Amino acid sequence: MPSFPSRSGGAAVRARGWGWRHASRRAWSVSDLDLAIQPGERVLLLGASGAGKSTVLSALAGVLGDADEGETRGELTVDGSTPDAARGRVGLLLQDPDSQVILARVGDDVAFGCENLRVPRDEIWRRVTASLDAVGLDVPLDASTSDLSGGQKQRLALAGVLAMRPGLLLLDEPTANLDPDGVREVRDAVARVLAHSEATLIVVEHRVDVWRDLVDRVVVLAPRGGVLADGTPNDVLGRQGAALADSGVWVTEHAPVAPRRERGAERGGLLRAADLAVGRAAGRAIASGIALDVAAGTATAITGPNGAGKSTLGLTLAGLLPPVSGSLTATPLLADGVRTSPIRWRSRDLLTRIGTVFQDPEHQFLASTVRSELEVGPRALGLSSAEMTARVDELLARLRLDALADANPFTLSGGEKRRLSVATVLATRPRVLVLDEPTFGQDARTWRELVQLLSALVTDGSAVVSITHDEHFVRALADREFRMMRGSGAVARLEEVR
Amino acid sequence: MSVFEAPAVRAGVGSVNPVAKLATALILSLALILSLDTVSASVALLLEIPLLLWAGLPLRTFFLRTLPVWIAAPGAALTIALYGQTSGDVYFRFLLIVVSDGSLELAFATFLRILAVGLPAVVLFVTVDPTDLADGLGQVVRLPSRFVLGALAGLRLVGLFVADWRSLELARRARGVADRGRVKRFASQAFALLVLSIRRGSKLATAMEARGFGASNDRTWARPSPFGVREVLLMLTGAAIAGTAITVAVLAGTWNFIGS
Repeated sequence: MPSFPSRSGGAAVRARGWGWRHASRRAWSVSDLDLAIQPGERVLLLGASGAGKSTVLSALAGVLGDADEGETRGELTVDGSTPDAARGRVGLLLQDPDSQVILARVGDDVAFGCENLRVPRDEIWRRVTASLDAVGLDVPLDASTSDLSGGQKQRLALAGVLAMRPGLLLLDEPTANLDPDGVREVRDAVARVLAHSEATLIVVEHRVDVWRDLVDRVVVLAPRGGVLADGTPNDVLGRQGAALADSGVWVTEHAPVAPRRERGAERGGLLRAADLAVGRAAGRAIASGIALDVAAGTATAITGPNGAGKSTLGLTLAGLLPPVSGSLTATPLLADGVRTSPIRWRSRDLLTRIGTVFQDPEHQFLASTVRSELEVGPRALGLSSAEMTARVDELLARLRLDALADANPFTLSGGEKRRLSVATVLATRPRVLVLDEPTFGQDARTWRELVQLLSALVTDGSAVVSITHDEHFVRALADREFRMMRGSGAVARLEEVR
Repeated sequence: MSVFEAPAVRAGVGSVNPVAKLATALILSLALILSLDTVSASVALLLEIPLLLWAGLPLRTFFLRTLPVWIAAPGAALTIALYGQTSGDVYFRFLLIVVSDGSLELAFATFLRILAVGLPAVVLFVTVDPTDLADGLGQVVRLPSRFVLGALAGLRLVGLFVADWRSLELARRARGVADRGRVKRFASQAFALLVLSIRRGSKLATAMEARGFGASNDRTWARPSPFGVREVLLMLTGAAIAGTAITVAVLAGTWNFIGS
């Protein structure tokens, strides 16, 4: 293809006193950034939550928006020109697998970027095949993109980026929303790609150990602007490890230490599932034969692969989905005067009995400020306003949300949203807590706080049931672990593994 | 996404450019909504039969997909028979119900017309794949690609909205506010869905922009959108059916332009 110049060489990145401020904020997201990255360098970009890592990547990808969106100062260049002019030279992979799928068929989705770069048709399809091959996504070109798993979707998006033959590859927390298998898939795909490419790489990720072996330089952004540390991975992590861990970065040598928990005797059963089958639609079970006892003062973890029905089981245990067959009964201790089947309870009756923390906090937000969000449950219970204020103030302080009491829940950071969603449930003091992937995408600091909080609750006699992929979390918290196993058929079973 | 998946029909009408199918369905409906008479509708319906057979839809799929038409046609006809404009002999009268020569004739005409417009429209549309349609609109009709591809990508989000709605519903039960105020709750839930969908939409827009979309309408197309003899033939057939139906009705003196 003589009409199409090969641009496989790595791009150079240069920042001189660069800064950016979102139009709606007073403070600068990034300021006084001075940085030079040579072609072909592989850089891990770290920094505390809010240090502006994603802003830097968006700016380099030219998707930060125009003057209406925010104010820029200083200079930021890719190969000597502004990122807008370098579009196509830069490829960006984002965090959320669902919002990066653009078209309905796998081949078309990968081709999308090439079409926009006006690559000739024959060349497009050659690149599509090569890119899918490079990321190890072995599905037909006309396979439906909506049937892919999270890890597959991320590899699909990576293939779409690679097909554009970028000189600069930007990865913005590409594995934060994936299960352990997905993390491995994506990491290995990136490793394979880098081995055959001269592209410059900048990756942002909380979990350092995933990328440590693939990068040759670590840059740490300072929360108040500028660069805090810059050097080889061992050098930077050795010197800054403790400080980084404190600010939320996962550094293996400084992994968050979970508090030791008093493992006392069980204090009576609360929920009992017998021969339970669960599913989203009536009559269609995706997991069956489930036997499970949830007792006060215990922490239960439910693990297993994606799509096996863990979340569906969680929602059923929480009294939100009706069992497909079998029984889920609340003991008299939990039912406390209402009937024994949680799905028959009124919505209000659930509040003091079973609380649910959804995987996506945004699904459960109802109010326009953090404070009023916390008041929703107590108000539905009809608590006095003095009691309500006392509970809400205590939770705001305990979960470090007091400075945000008047903020809109939707404008919070990921960690703050998670803390708020847990706090809204605690406000009505349910005896059973069901949490769906509470640690997904959380930094080390929020992780540690969650484990501490949940441990304290269990010690005080609550029952905590967590649906999770996080092995670390299971080890730190759970008394018992059940794994969803997909058996011979399409219906999964639950087995106790610990 | 499954909501928008076309049945895999490769033979017959399945492989015709969606733009031609869209145009044909438009020609037929436009011609047939102009008048309300038995003759033009029956002529059109009769002439459409070979077209429907050629379409290549399996019989089961055909009846399943056109089921709404088969329900709507007699339903509308019944209503008109009972309440339609009275003229000629009156056969039956009860409260507001008057069944007469006139209302029966109108009912029959309506029945035929809904079938004549509905059946080909459904058959032509159900075999349209959204991606192929976007390709056609971009390459054949030359609509701005920003608009066409933006709409296509947005369509994919609809599947996610269905799941979001379900989660919002369960979350409201979990938060203790699902016992009362059904109407108010529905409104607030709809608003929450709107907020979520705007956020999803802007994320998707960023992902598309990051892949070089939106800088200009100038792009290449990975998939060709062929528009050849078969496409022209299909459209001509549609036009011929429409033309014949109108001509016969005018000659028979039954053509009554709507509103006159």
